[in-house]
Amino acid sequence: MADALVDIAGLSVTYGGVQALHEVTLEVPAAGAVSLLGPNGAGKTSLLRAVSGLLTFHGGRIGAGRISVDGRDVTGADPVKLARSGIVQVLEGRRVFADLSVDDNLRSGAFWQRGGGRHGETRDFVLDLFPDLARCLTQPAGLLSGGQQQMLAIARALMSRPRLLLLDEPSLGLAPLLIRSIGGALRRINETGVGLLLVEQSSALAEAVTSRGYLLETGHVRASGETRELLADPQVRAVYLGVKTA
Amino acid sequence: MSTFLELLFAGIALGAVYALVALGFTVVFRASRVINFAQGELLALGAFVVSWLVIDIHVPFWLAFVVGAAGTGLAAFIFQQGVLRFALGRPDFTIVMLTLGLATVLQAVLPTLFGSTGRANGDPWGGTSVRAGDVALAWVQVWTIVAALLVLAAFWVFNNHSKYGLAMRSAASDPEAALAVGVPLRRVYATAWVLAGVVACIGGVFLGGYPNTVDPNIGNTALLAFPAIILGGIDSTTGAVVGGFLIGIVEELTAGYQPQYASWLGSNFYLVAPYVLMIIVLLIRPYGLFGSRPAERL
Repeated sequence: MADALVDIAGLSVTYGGVQALHEVTLEVPAAGAVSLLGPNGAGKTSLLRAVSGLLTFHGGRIGAGRISVDGRDVTGADPVKLARSGIVQVLEGRRVFADLSVDDNLRSGAFWQRGGGRHGETRDFVLDLFPDLARCLTQPAGLLSGGQQQMLAIARALMSRPRLLLLDEPSLGLAPLLIRSIGGALRRINETGVGLLLVEQSSALAEAVTSRGYLLETGHVRASGETRELLADPQVRAVYLGVKTA
Repeated sequence: MSTFLELLFAGIALGAVYALVALGFTVVFRASRVINFAQGELLALGAFVVSWLVIDIHVPFWLAFVVGAAGTGLAAFIFQQGVLRFALGRPDFTIVMLTLGLATVLQAVLPTLFGSTGRANGDPWGGTSVRAGDVALAWVQVWTIVAALLVLAAFWVFNNHSKYGLAMRSAASDPEAALAVGVPLRRVYATAWVLAGVVACIGGVFLGGYPNTVDPNIGNTALLAFPAIILGGIDSTTGAVVGGFLIGIVEELTAGYQPQYASWLGSNFYLVAPYVLMIIVLLIRPYGLFGSRPAERL
């Protein structure tokens, strides 16, 4: 489809001899929000890495298939080029620059932006979105709470003015209240026209943020549809998400 | 008292050189988590080039200094772009071996190009000194300290207040996370190597100043800067600088007083003293004075 933001067709990914994804086909509509669900080892992170170009950083490669963003073929492109063209991944486990100040963390996301992220619309939007960060700009990021670190990881990515944000389990290890607040922020980001591809094991966040979802298992797409329906399907829950249903 | 002040001053001057050498190691280590075993030979290369420009080509010293520093930076850049770039993502061990390879090549090439006997470093001061009270300060030492402080200040400004300095700090902290938001890691690595080359040349020229000479073994001095980086904390540029000065001062004071007050430790104990200091520091602070602990709040 021409008006899709991300169009992945027949994507296979291997690490050494191990195949992590088998002919995955997936689409994120323009300004859409799509979730990737599935158990550990399903290949969710590999899919994000394939799109962001970070696959090579982990010794993986795309064996077959095609990834296009905005109709342009970006299969196997360099991660720096991809980030410059607006495709940015928020890694699992926050991964803030612990010894750098919050401000430096934000600015390192703005390497290619005019003014280096010291001021401007994007920074204002980000600090308005996460007022917690505005209050501790000079603190080392390693001293923030887990929730604040996740906010900072998302904020840092936003500073590069992405068109597509690839999020790897932003709810990991966070209390339900914080998950809800991250969800609210992600919805606002999506409303500004930034597309989201969200990897999640927590159904709460996926349901709050995304309208459509794909279920991945051992590298195959097993189901897709509306996130809410997907998550409500008892068979999906039992088999793939390991949730016991009464 | 004047003996003590002279020794202290010599120690600070020697420490300034160690600080420059240590800074070269640390810059590359922070960017790529690899110890560059060729840092000492880059230092020798820089010192030889400057000496050759001044003595054989009759280029004015300061101009030769600038050309030599730029040339050494360029040599480091060529090595990074021509060799190391292709080893990105390989095990760190591979990269360490490649730097050892560069060291070996330079060790073989330098005596062939410039001869294996010592030569003057080309500075205009020779053995002249200035008297402050009853303390004699060698001009070369005065300039060593001045130059080192200028370089360290320039590096500090670069590291903390420039776009590439920030990119370097974020890449040092978490390379994948930096790459994910578009920080150009390859350029960061290349920049680190250029900087390492430039500071190596500056360190080399001053190390080859009076009473020393520039000879192929000058690269071994890099090994004496090792305790400096370890005790300062290998991933901290502040640590490298503080460690460098500490080691220099300890070495000179030991050389000055130990034969007199603790002669039972034997001769040349001053070469061992830096390592003793390093061990004591590591016993108290295992990651060095300014090194980062691997554990942090998650």
